Amino acid sequence: MSEKAVRFGTPAKVPAWVNLALIPLVNLLAAFVLSGIVIVIVGDNPFKALEVLIYGAFGYADAIGYTLYYTTNFIFTGLAVAIAFHCGLFNIGAEGQALMSGLGVALCALYLDFLPFWMVIPIAIFAAAFFGAVWAAVPGYLQAKRGSHIVITTIMFNFIAASIITYLLVEVLIAPGGQSPETREFAEITWLLFFHDFLPIPETPLNISFIFALFLSGGFYYFVWHTRWGYEIRVVGQNATAAKYAGISSARNIILAMFISGALAGFVGVNEILGVHHRLILDFTGGFGFVGIAVALMGRNHPVGIFLAALLFGALYQGGSELAFEMKSINREMVIVIQGLIILFSGALEHMFRPRIESFFKRQKSVQAAEA
Amino acid sequence: MTNRTPALELRRVNKWFGAVHANKDISLSVDRGTIHGIIGENGAGKSTLMSIVYGFYQADEGDILINGDICHIDNPQASIAAGIGMVHQHFMLVDTFTVLENIILGVEGGARLGEGLAKARTELARLEKEYSLDVDVDALVGDLPVGLRQRVEILKALYRGAEILILDEPTGVLTPQEADHLFRILNTLRDQGKTVILITHKLREIMAITDNVSVMRRGAMVAHVSTKDTDRERLAELMVGRTVLLQVEKPTAQVGDTLMQVTGLNFIDAEGVQRLKNINLEIKAGEILGVAGVSGNGQSELLEILAGTISPSSGNIIYKGEDITRSSKKNARDLRKIGLGHVPEDRHRSGLVLPFTANENTILGYQDSPDYNRGTTLDKASMIKACEDHIEKFDVRPPDPNLQASGFSGGNQQKLVLAREMEQNPDVLLVGQPTRGVDIGAIEFIHKQLIKMRDAGKAILVVSVEIDEVMSLSDRIAVMFDGYIVGELDAKDATETKLGLMMAGIADDADTDPAADKGAAE
Repeated sequence: MSEKAVRFGTPAKVPAWVNLALIPLVNLLAAFVLSGIVIVIVGDNPFKALEVLIYGAFGYADAIGYTLYYTTNFIFTGLAVAIAFHCGLFNIGAEGQALMSGLGVALCALYLDFLPFWMVIPIAIFAAAFFGAVWAAVPGYLQAKRGSHIVITTIMFNFIAASIITYLLVEVLIAPGGQSPETREFAEITWLLFFHDFLPIPETPLNISFIFALFLSGGFYYFVWHTRWGYEIRVVGQNATAAKYAGISSARNIILAMFISGALAGFVGVNEILGVHHRLILDFTGGFGFVGIAVALMGRNHPVGIFLAALLFGALYQGGSELAFEMKSINREMVIVIQGLIILFSGALEHMFRPRIESFFKRQKSVQAAEA
Repeated sequence: MTNRTPALELRRVNKWFGAVHANKDISLSVDRGTIHGIIGENGAGKSTLMSIVYGFYQADEGDILINGDICHIDNPQASIAAGIGMVHQHFMLVDTFTVLENIILGVEGGARLGEGLAKARTELARLEKEYSLDVDVDALVGDLPVGLRQRVEILKALYRGAEILILDEPTGVLTPQEADHLFRILNTLRDQGKTVILITHKLREIMAITDNVSVMRRGAMVAHVSTKDTDRERLAELMVGRTVLLQVEKPTAQVGDTLMQVTGLNFIDAEGVQRLKNINLEIKAGEILGVAGVSGNGQSELLEILAGTISPSSGNIIYKGEDITRSSKKNARDLRKIGLGHVPEDRHRSGLVLPFTANENTILGYQDSPDYNRGTTLDKASMIKACEDHIEKFDVRPPDPNLQASGFSGGNQQKLVLAREMEQNPDVLLVGQPTRGVDIGAIEFIHKQLIKMRDAGKAILVVSVEIDEVMSLSDRIAVMFDGYIVGELDAKDATETKLGLMMAGIADDADTDPAADKGAAE
């Protein structure tokens, strides 16, 4: 048989950089162009807006701190969505899992603060992961054993989580004598180190969770591509019949992947509650779980891509609030429109430019081949 | 218009995919009212060529002439308008629609469906009569057997006014009986003046039905011959470029101990259909046991139960003296560890993870093996080394352990799966459809490997729907029909007629009372 023969359906060969860099950039550019048009319509200068956005995200030390602080959350939720993707599951519930992790953190920080910091902090981190993991594993179990669709159950679990936290904050965990639904402030020994605690930089919410996120990204890569457990998860995700053939249990791996997914989402609670707020509050997850879906999609479920996508969304969050503050015609909602456009182009409309770009590169190659 | 003008003519057609020259200077002329075969190995460029004719791809160079006129076919609509119909290997039908609805799909003729349906109904009645293509137009396509679905595809093409009908590997999914029926239909079509192009890699079909045949090899046309002037050996040589053995040579079997014993096996599937009925089998060392049968008579379920991917409803399997169904229940992974290899019937569905690289597929089912792990880490280097080793021993092309499995041709994918299972040196090897969709050169190789394993004292079970294959490989043949093993015979006593009758459920053996049971049950 000829090596040169091409079979029907053979995947297109285009340079890797086209796939990994060019197409996401084109998508991003399209989103910015459309955002620019919207800004022109509301009567402002889009170039000025872009300048403010970039300056607001990276222009000075405070800005960078805030950007990286948001980035941390997006890395956690992006990785969470990605591991589920690798198992063929669409985890829409990172938001609820993150919320529940906050409860785990709070319980440890409130009731175990008699322990030394080197015990209470690891326990709280573990509790965050565990609460998130269990909150994801239940839908995982229902999917694996009962066939209840994971998208539906995780969405429902988001609502359940939100209700539980609200109830607990209003009725049970509320600070004695407090007026707003939040716990008392945790003892200072449970607080995570801020970057400004050990670096000569201005005060920002950036804390050592960021380093933890980078560390986890490495662990994610190792787990998914270099261990047999990651291998089995990917086999289940790509071809469930082949998994059965190989004696790999789909049910077990679905539950495992969701468990890990929930644990990763749970670290949002570490960053937010243990790192920044030092008390459990309502809605501290701020949509990070949902944006995590876009981050994972844009980042191609690979930790490097997820880091870059998380950085982009971190910059948009931070630069966006600066934009809403600086420019009169642009308010908070307009910033969400811009974020929405980016999610639309890099997630939902991922395949809009792809066929054209790919066929362009394939044509280039065949022209070269013909000339050779 | 004289009959001398070819119905379809290709002039110096060239097609590149990236750097790959898939079709090189193809010229072809198909006469009106003939059945023209195009034969070649998988990946020789047959399907690409026909996709160009049908408008899925455009040729980079060259002309397509229909009835002597140059045609620009840049999409399937243009091709249909030019009178070309295509029956794909994988049917393009909506299972939940009726035959009638499927046939008018895309040519509904206006916004109101009723009119179109009524018109189609009369037109179809005429077509069915003219070409003796009986199909119940109101049946749901999903309820029809494969052979009938194919007939729907043919009707669909005729309904759209096809004068030239292209069939891509039409018999791949058919039983021998269904294939014969298809050939009768094609003959009728030819007699009515239609032109038929048959793409296949099966020599038997070419010899049985075509008038002319064109042979492709590595993207080029290597011969155009009249079928009556050639024979199977000559065609095989043209396809592969060297002489091939169509019959495997094998020494007499040295039969050893029974390694696997199946008693009273029954299986009822999720829909409540009893797929296996009281199966008794012995698989012995040093012997190849062939399981023949028309597909869908329980062979697939038997294979999966033996391999541990599904559990039987009742009955026992004793493997090396251990009951693996009851006392120590084992799944596919456990069984692999104690020397049971399994090449599945469908490599795409279960044998490979297509988006994975070749070396990742090398460890599928063996991902726990200490050979491929160092502590918790998968040992990439040894995975790649094992894969390279398999590639070399089984002559897999291209020899790239980092290529995605989907990037290999069917025959090479099958070699990857076979290599994975055989190189683990199992004591019992279960093989489903060892050469489905595999080209002649590779078939010869795969058969030789299986015989070599047998001679090394391994027990092999081969399930195949190709009678020729079962007959040439096996030492003993068990025939399945309707979930029963209706008979078991020595390969020496097997003839195609005898097996054919047993496969159809008409057994003449006295000890095949299951068939009688079945008659009573109905």
